[in-house]
Amino acid sequence: MSVDQATVRRVAHLARIAVREEELGHLQNELNAILDFVEQLADLDVSGVEPLTGVVPMELPMREDVVSDGHCPDKVLANAPDAEGGFFTVPKVVE
Amino acid sequence: MTKLTQLTLTQAREGLAQGEFTAVELTEAYLKAMEQARGLNAYVLETPELALKMAKESDERLATGDTGPLEGIPVGVKDMFCTQGVRTTACSKILDDFVPQYESTVTSHLWRDGAVMLGKLNNDEFAMGSSNETSAFGPVVSPWRRDGDEAPLVPGGSSGGSAAAVAAFLCAGATGTDTGGSIRQPAAFTGTVGIKPTYGRCSRWGIVAFASSLDQAGPFARTVNDAALLLRSMAGYDPKDSTCVDRPVPDYQQAVGASIKGKKIGIPREYRMDGMSDEIDALWQEGAKWLEDAGAEIVDISLPHTKYALPAYYIVAPAEASSNLARYDGVRYGMRVPGKDVVEMYENTRAAGFGPEVRRRIMIGTYVLSAGYYDAYYLRAQKVRTLIKRDFDLAFAAGVDAVLTPATPSPAFGIGEKLKADPVEMYLNDVFTVTVNMAGLPGISVPAGLSADGLPLGLQLIGRPFGEETLFALGEVIEEAAGRFPVEDLWWRG
Repeated sequence: MSVDQATVRRVAHLARIAVREEELGHLQNELNAILDFVEQLADLDVSGVEPLTGVVPMELPMREDVVSDGHCPDKVLANAPDAEGGFFTVPKVVE
Repeated sequence: MTKLTQLTLTQAREGLAQGEFTAVELTEAYLKAMEQARGLNAYVLETPELALKMAKESDERLATGDTGPLEGIPVGVKDMFCTQGVRTTACSKILDDFVPQYESTVTSHLWRDGAVMLGKLNNDEFAMGSSNETSAFGPVVSPWRRDGDEAPLVPGGSSGGSAAAVAAFLCAGATGTDTGGSIRQPAAFTGTVGIKPTYGRCSRWGIVAFASSLDQAGPFARTVNDAALLLRSMAGYDPKDSTCVDRPVPDYQQAVGASIKGKKIGIPREYRMDGMSDEIDALWQEGAKWLEDAGAEIVDISLPHTKYALPAYYIVAPAEASSNLARYDGVRYGMRVPGKDVVEMYENTRAAGFGPEVRRRIMIGTYVLSAGYYDAYYLRAQKVRTLIKRDFDLAFAAGVDAVLTPATPSPAFGIGEKLKADPVEMYLNDVFTVTVNMAGLPGISVPAGLSADGLPLGLQLIGRPFGEETLFALGEVIEEAAGRFPVEDLWWRG
């Protein structure tokens, strides 16, 4: 499978990465080189094989349903590019 | 003071215990060496004040005898580990001047045990790379050069700063992370020892996430014994990482020097790739001979799905990365580039913040997870991963204790040499190491010889799950037989 420039544009948008028109061709070539490389997986018969979900056989641990952390708004906001009145700010989302 | 920095971690520990020098003196010697080595670009942040403060506290504990196993030992930390109050960037522009409000579990274990932090070490951006050339801080220059040639070489990656710093005597040991070979490949390129432990052995909490089902932390050191000491401190249960395994951490040092008599070592025929160079092949055979001479039994084995590991990795790792890196949105931390609405702000921020390799991998990951492609790519790759793991399971079930392979297909290459090629050529560096992450197994890279042009070459040993002790025992046999490969010409000091 290979991607065309429209697909590159769509994927970039899904990934929320702005791409300039003149970068599309270059990106298309790079992505297709990688997709060509992974194409060899199609040679393999994987029927009846379960997908691997964890490498170490273990049950996910449970813990008490209690608050274990928090009450530190200053720490949470310490690295925000723009924080105001104890909140993160973003451009207007709803008109 | 050079002498102090050239001690192994083990020797430094003895010297401190016997009062031959103080932790402050040892730390000062390293800080001086770091200052003289800025041209190598191994450190992206030096923390001399913190280092001296920690060293002073170590000296106080050394005076009272209330010491930890790494008391007063100066170490470097890969910039993928969050360090409280100390800038952490994953060597990406997108994290800007991020200062963590918390400490990663692995580094907190080091400080608990008395280690001293010298600073943060360079790596490929978000650990995506095999040469340390994708770092936003620029490439690391290896302390190694080819015989009679001053061309700058890569230290490997992604933990290139860690490998270069350990090899160039800029720290006694360092932390690394390994998602597809990022500890073992740079260790091989720099003549250092690097181990990626079993998935779940070290906590991932507080480590910048790349591909969560593959990422593991591990140490770099100048000897097998030093690596054993570091891993013992770094490993251990942490309820904050639900994949971290609750089992006791052995005293790995006890395994160094243990007999390997009767150990069954598998030589996988599928690793003898087309076009493998004679010197890599010869090194591999010599390694098998050393282990045999020490009493191990060498057996040929087959790991038939080996060739599918790298393509499957380049689906699984980018898919997980695209999901993990969704958090860099210009809202909670890091840089922000304005836009006319929130989506444009995200897009502009991420376009400006991510370098080309990271962008490429996020886009591949987004594509293989997108509607209509998930089954053909991601699901298939996870099934292939089951087959790769099964290959190893069958070998271990047949009595194999460890698998011996070359660590890399070649010695280190020049800075810029592979950047023009298509991305896949760079990916091929990890062809021998990536299977180990896919199966969640432990793997160690031990220096084993020099190439025709005088560069280090490493051998890799792959163990059973939680078989790190066997790897340290076997690694020590290789170190004893091959000798060590310290950098002899400290040319960067001018």
